[in-house]
Formats: sequence, C-alpha cells, structure tokens
Amino acid sequence: MAHFTKATSVKDWLDQRLAVNKLEKVMMSEYWIPKNINFLWAMGMVLVITFVLLVVSGIFLLMYYVPTTAEAFNSVNYTIMREVDFGWLWRHVHGVAASVVFLIIYIHMFTGIYYGSYKKGRELIWISGMLLFITFSAEAFSGYMLPWGQMSYWAGMVITNLFSGGSLHADGLVEWIRGDYVPAQAFLGRFFMLHVLLLPLAIMGLIGLHFGALRIPHVNNQDGEEIDFDKESKKYLDGDKAGSKVMRFANDFMSKDMMVVGIFLIFFFYLVFYNYGFAMDPVNFDPADGLKTPTHIYPEWYFLWSYEILRPFNIDLGLVLFGFAQVIFVLLPFLDRSPNTCAANRRGKAFSIWFWLMLVNMIVLTAMGKLPPEGIFSTIGLVAAIVFVVQWLALPIITSMEKKV
Amino acid sequence: MKNKEPLILAVVIFFTLVTYYLVEPYAHHVMHKHVESEHFAYADLPAITKTGNAENGKELVTNAGCTGCHSIDVAGMPAPMDAVMAAQSYGVNPPDLSNVGVILDAKFLADLIKNPAHALNVEHKFDVSKGQMHPMVPFYGMGGDIDQEIADMVAYLQSIAISPDEVTPAMAFENACGRCHAVGYEKWTQIGTKPAFKHEKDGLAFDIKVMEYQDSLKAYMGKLPPDLSMYIRSRNEHFISTLVENPQNHLAGTAMPRVGVTAESMDKIIEHMENAGDTKRHEREAIGKNVMIYIVIFAIFALLWKKQVWRDLH
Ligand code: HEC
Ligand code: HEC
Ligand code: HEM
Repeated sequence: MAHFTKATSVKDWLDQRLAVNKLEKVMMSEYWIPKNINFLWAMGMVLVITFVLLVVSGIFLLMYYVPTTAEAFNSVNYTIMREVDFGWLWRHVHGVAASVVFLIIYIHMFTGIYYGSYKKGRELIWISGMLLFITFSAEAFSGYMLPWGQMSYWAGMVITNLFSGGSLHADGLVEWIRGDYVPAQAFLGRFFMLHVLLLPLAIMGLIGLHFGALRIPHVNNQDGEEIDFDKESKKYLDGDKAGSKVMRFANDFMSKDMMVVGIFLIFFFYLVFYNYGFAMDPVNFDPADGLKTPTHIYPEWYFLWSYEILRPFNIDLGLVLFGFAQVIFVLLPFLDRSPNTCAANRRGKAFSIWFWLMLVNMIVLTAMGKLPPEGIFSTIGLVAAIVFVVQWLALPIITSMEKKV
Repeated sequence: MKNKEPLILAVVIFFTLVTYYLVEPYAHHVMHKHVESEHFAYADLPAITKTGNAENGKELVTNAGCTGCHSIDVAGMPAPMDAVMAAQSYGVNPPDLSNVGVILDAKFLADLIKNPAHALNVEHKFDVSKGQMHPMVPFYGMGGDIDQEIADMVAYLQSIAISPDEVTPAMAFENACGRCHAVGYEKWTQIGTKPAFKHEKDGLAFDIKVMEYQDSLKAYMGKLPPDLSMYIRSRNEHFISTLVENPQNHLAGTAMPRVGVTAESMDKIIEHMENAGDTKRHEREAIGKNVMIYIVIFAIFALLWKKQVWRDLH
C-alpha cells in the first residue's frame, strides 16, 4: 500500500489521495495556451457556461414537467409559467440558452475552419466536436417535443417521417421510432427520456473526450504556428512571462475567458428578458392538435440550413443530400488536403473564397429554409443547396492544389 | 502586431445580425399577411345622427323584445333561460346587456340593433334571401322614426352601463368574447367562471353543462372557438386586436363575428389575455433590470481581473 503521512492541510490530505496538485497542473496552471490567440478561442468556455445554464435550468424545469400528452402542455404553460415561483425565468433561460448555444457552436466551428484547427494532430478535436454538434442537435430536437405544442407535434411528425427513406417506404422504421402510428404518448415518453437522460450523458462524455483530445495537441493559434511548448513553458516558469510565447490556462487565459463570458452573459440575459421570441416559437404556444396542420412548418433556426438542402429536391435525392450534409463536416480534416495550417485568408485565393462562400451560403440556406418554398425563394434555395454540395466535392481538389505558404 | 479583435468582433456581429434579420423579421414579414389597424373607427358603419333619449330607450328595449333573449342584470331583468338552454335555442348565449353600452362602440350598437348580421360582419353566413336568419332578430321599428328609436336604445344602454374606468380587463373580455371563448387558465368557461366545488359530483355536473353548451356552439360556429389562455403568446397583440376589429381581414370567411368593441375595451381585453398567458410580465421586467445591472458589474470585474492578470504577460 502507498505510504501516507499526516496531512499538513486539507489540500495536502486531498493531494495524497487524489493527486490534486498534479491534477491542477495538468488541467489548469500548466496547461499551456499560446498567447497568439483572440477572443474566438473563448467560445469553448462560453459553450461550457451555456451548457451549465442548460443543465441547471433543465433540472428546475424537470421538477414540474409532466411527460404525458394530456398534461405536458399545461405543466409547462400553466404550472411552470404561472404557478411555480420563477418557473418562467428557468423556462426562458432554458429556451434562450438552447438557441444561443447553437449560435456559439456555429461561431466555434467556423473559427476552427478559418484557422485550420482541425489539422495536424487536431483531427480528433474536430471529430469529437462534430459528434457534440450531432448530439446537441438531437438534444435540441427532443427538447422541442416536450411542451407538446403545435410545432412539437408537427416537427416531430415531419422529421420522424424522414426515416421512411422516401421511396424505400420504411414505414415500419418510422413506427418503431414513434412507438405508434403517429406521435403520441409512446413518442413523447421516449423523447423525454432521451432529452433528460441519455443525450445529456452522451454530451457530458463527449465534452470529456473533446477536452482530452485538446490536451496533447494544445489549441491552435492565429498563425497556425507550431510552438515548442516545452521550451516556451520553461521560459515562462523561469520568470520570463512577457518573452514566452505561451501562458497558463489558469489564471492567465481563464481571466480572458471570464471577460468574454461576462460580455456574453450581458447579451444572453438581454435576450432572456427582452427578446426571447426568436427562441420560443409562437406557434408552439398552441397545444398540439393532430387534426390541424399549421400553415408553415419549419424547424428551429439552427436546423434550417440542412432542412433547405432536403427541400428543393425530390424526396429521394433530397434525403441523400440531407444525409450528406449531416456527415460531411465530420470528414473535413480528411477532405482538406492542403499542407497549410493557417488563417483561411492566407491560404491562397481558392480556399479563402471557399471559406467565405461556405459561410454566406449557409446563411442563405438558413434564410430560405424558413421562407415558404415559393417562386424566387425556391430557386435561390435550390441554387444554394447545389453550391453547398459542389463546394464540398471541390474541397479535396482545390486544397490539394494549394501551395505551401 | 495590430489588434485585430475589433474587426473580428465586427465580422461576427455582422453575420449574426444578418442571419437574425433574415430568419426573424424578414421571414415573418413574408409569411404573415400584414393588416393595418383601423383604430376601431368602424368607418363602414353609418354615424348616429339623432340624439338619443334614455328614458324612451328604456321602454323601447323592453318592448322591442331585447329582454326576450338577453338579461339586463342592472335593471333587474333576468335571463329568460340559462346559458345551456339559450345556446340550444340560438347557438350561443345572448350576452347580458348591462355594460354593452360602455364596452361596445355606439355606432356598432346602433347598426347591430338594425341589422345584426351586417354589424357582426357575418352576412356571408346569414343571407336573408336564402332564408338564413341570424339568431338575433333585427329591430324593425316601433312605428316611429326608426333611427330615433335606435338612438334612444343606445342612449339607454349607455346610461345603465358603469363608467369606462370601472371596466376591469376580465369584465371586458367576458362581455365581448366570453360567450364563445374559454380561458381555462383563468377558470373561465363559456357559461361563466367555474367555481371551486366541494363535491366532485358537482364539478362534473358543471363540466357536463359546459360540454352541452359547447356542442351547441360548435354547431352554430362550425367549430369550437379556441381556448384563448395562451393566445397572447401564440399570436401577438397586433394580430389579436386587428382580428377583433374585423375577423374577415385575417380569416376570410370565418364564423367569428366582429364584436364591435371600443379601442379602450380592446386594450382591456389584451390586458386580460396577458393576465392569462403572460402572467409574470411585470416580474420579468423588474427582475430583468436587476439581472442586467448585476451582470454588467460582473463583466466589469471580469475585465479588470483580466487586465490585472495580463499586465505581466506583455
Ligand atoms: C360568437 C362567437 C365569438 C366571439 C364572441 C368571439 N370569437 Fe374569437 N373566434 C370564434 C371562432 C368561431 C373562432 C375560430 C375562427 C376560425 O378558425 O375560423 C375564433 C377564433 C379566435 C381567435 C384565433 C384566430 C386564429 O388565428 O386562429 C382569436 C385570437 C379570437 N378568436 C379572439 C377573440 C377575442 C379577443 C374576442 C373578444 C373580443 C372573440 N374572439 C370573440 C368565435 C368568437
Ligand atoms: C331572438 C333573440 C335576440 C333578440 C330578440 C335580441 N338579441 Fe341581441 N343577441 C342575440 C344573440 C344570439 C346574440 C349573439 C350573437 C353572436 O354572438 O353571434 C346577440 C348579441 C347581442 C349583442 C352583443 C353583440 C356583440 O358584438 O358582442 C348585443 C349588444 C345585443 N345582442 C343587443 C341586443 C339588443 C339591444 C336587442 C334588442 C333590440 C337584442 N339584442 C335583441 C339574440 C337576440
Ligand atoms: C457544446 C459543445 C462544445 C464545447 C463545450 C466545446 C468546448 C471547447 C473548448 C473549451 C475548447 C478550447 C477553447 C477554444 O478553443 O475555444 C474547444 C476547442 C475546439 N473545439 Fe470545441 N466545443 C464544443 C463543440 C465543438 C464543435 C461542434 C466543434 C466543431 C466541429 C468543435 C471544434 C473545436 C475545435 C476544432 C477546437 C480547437 C480549437 C483550436 O485548437 O484552436 N467544438 N472546444
């Protein structure tokens, strides 16, 4: 058995048993961060904080939510919104956080693409990140079912219908997912379970993996420079803090993280109290009614771009391209054949255009996904969807022609 | 190297705002028809040209048979039948007339008495030439000048009504909308507020009466008018008030009548719907302000901490 001595302090007592000093070094004080990064590198921390807000507000909501088709709507809109002290606050925090988390995820993703942070040893960070994106999407979708409003019901109907696979007519699969012919009690029950248990567990596990994947390659920097972390950290520890190219995660970078988090929270709570409508669709304040199809059925804004890739085509092609859009981002580290790890704008014209076009085109797809598919909107949607696919097919070609910079 | 962070922030904000604009204000603008408010002017209805005499009006209201269908509680005139029976006869319970003089517009009342289907804007459903009579019979006159008689009745209805600032939000709603729309979250049913019953049996008996009423209403309207508990969130204030002003502007061919409320009554009706579906709005504003102050202070401290920590790093 290991040798234990009388502890000199609580910390020492813990250290002997849990190696907290070592742990603190590995994860905080001697987790080295390059200095050459900007506030976009704080988005990860903003995501952590938003996830915490989601979990905490979700726990409060869970105390009063009733997962039955008869009671769900009223348990949310009457019990939580009217009866429970501050129930409305937790609900608005949860709803707004669920929407804002995707805004930050998209900023975080595009930051990664822009600076090439998925390359040279950072592939697993990217892949675990995309797995987080996918589980977050499932989490958001399942959560959207819970108030059992009109949009819950009809979005649930439309999205589960996709699993029939178009001409494959796999209606059995759709029924298996729903546990019924239409979304009903079995459907609500299982999405409730997914939303409050299985998916949050998966997300927490994936966040662990994401962080683990970061530890050895370290985060990238604005110039994609390869830093000798041993040398630079030695310099720092020897007292040349200003001359070293790196800094500690805690408190050095964490203080900046917190500054960005502070500014983010101003924005966040402004939305919670004064501009929450975008995150809580009005249509979902009508109780679910299987006999009354809403005039416009659309998903939440963060799913619109992929929805628009599905919509302009016939159902089979649409589904294939939709599937393509879901997985293609995961493969980015392998589709990008360029030897360069640096800002997109410096990698030469081709990739620079590719990056900005991808960003603008996804915004176009997002807008068209919400607008009714008529006239000019469906033409724009079709073109944008084709551009999206072509861009991904072209990526390996243009990046393999890229010159080393 | 020059600090690029302001530029990066500007780029992030720019793309965020463009996306927001496209999926929110712009998309809603395209998806929802915009209906301008007519400020409850009821410009299509003729103005009242005669000065009414409430004394004469009192007699006319009784003689014209209004109280054959309506109660006037303040004048001690009870309803001829209970709500369920009335709905079986007329499709809907004719409302009590005690306060219609203040809640409804005078021009509207005058036109309603003369030609209910016209004032209520449901002539597409009630076409006399096809023998479709509105359940409220028009007033054909008592032999004198019909416009004078109507002005007298309107004057009477106004004279018995409470003063405008005594009208509570609930009163305005129950008078103008309550015969068709339930508000479950305020315990309102089409036949009145559901009391707290000691015995479950009595509660169930009440529920059965409500259902019977709703059956008649459904037959009259073609569908059950929705429970409006959460409509202040599922629609918005502008939609609801322009809908009430003239339902046909939003839902062409709908069975919901124009009820002819005044602009002030509409504000009260909205307030009632907010009390039902956005109960905590005052608390939200008050707490919102405090949270914002707290968070700004937090951000300032975070900024100062960062400055202090980073002093040695450059
Ligand atoms: C005589 C019965 C009647 C009265 C009185 C009435 N309504 Fe309605 N209302 C209806 C019916 C019927 C519908 C369903 C209309 C449809 O779907 O065509 C309806 C629908 C509505 C809707 C939903 C419209 C939509 O978007 O689907 C709102 C909101 C509404 N009414 C508000 C009011 C308010 C506020 C009042 C009082 C100022 C009122 N109604 C008075 C019968 C009535
Ligand atoms: C045969 C029965 C009957 C008679 C007689 C009758 N009414 Fe009505 N009245 C109704 C019914 C039914 C309604 C509800 C109509 C609806 O909502 O579609 C109504 C509605 C009203 C309303 C409410 C309209 C609104 O927009 O909310 C007023 C005010 C009214 N009547 C006044 C009168 C007056 C004044 C008289 C006498 C001149 C009168 N009624 C005679 C049956 C009657
Ligand atoms: C809620 C989910 C997520 C959380 C909590 C999270 C958290 C973090 C954190 C704390 C960091 C380090 C700091 C930083 O660079 O911002 C990071 C880095 C990174 N994340 Fe995420 N992330 C999430 C989702 C994603 C997604 C969806 C992607 C995209 C596929 C992604 C890709 C990356 C990449 C590439 C890095 C490395 C950045 C670099 O090296 O410069 N992450 N993440």
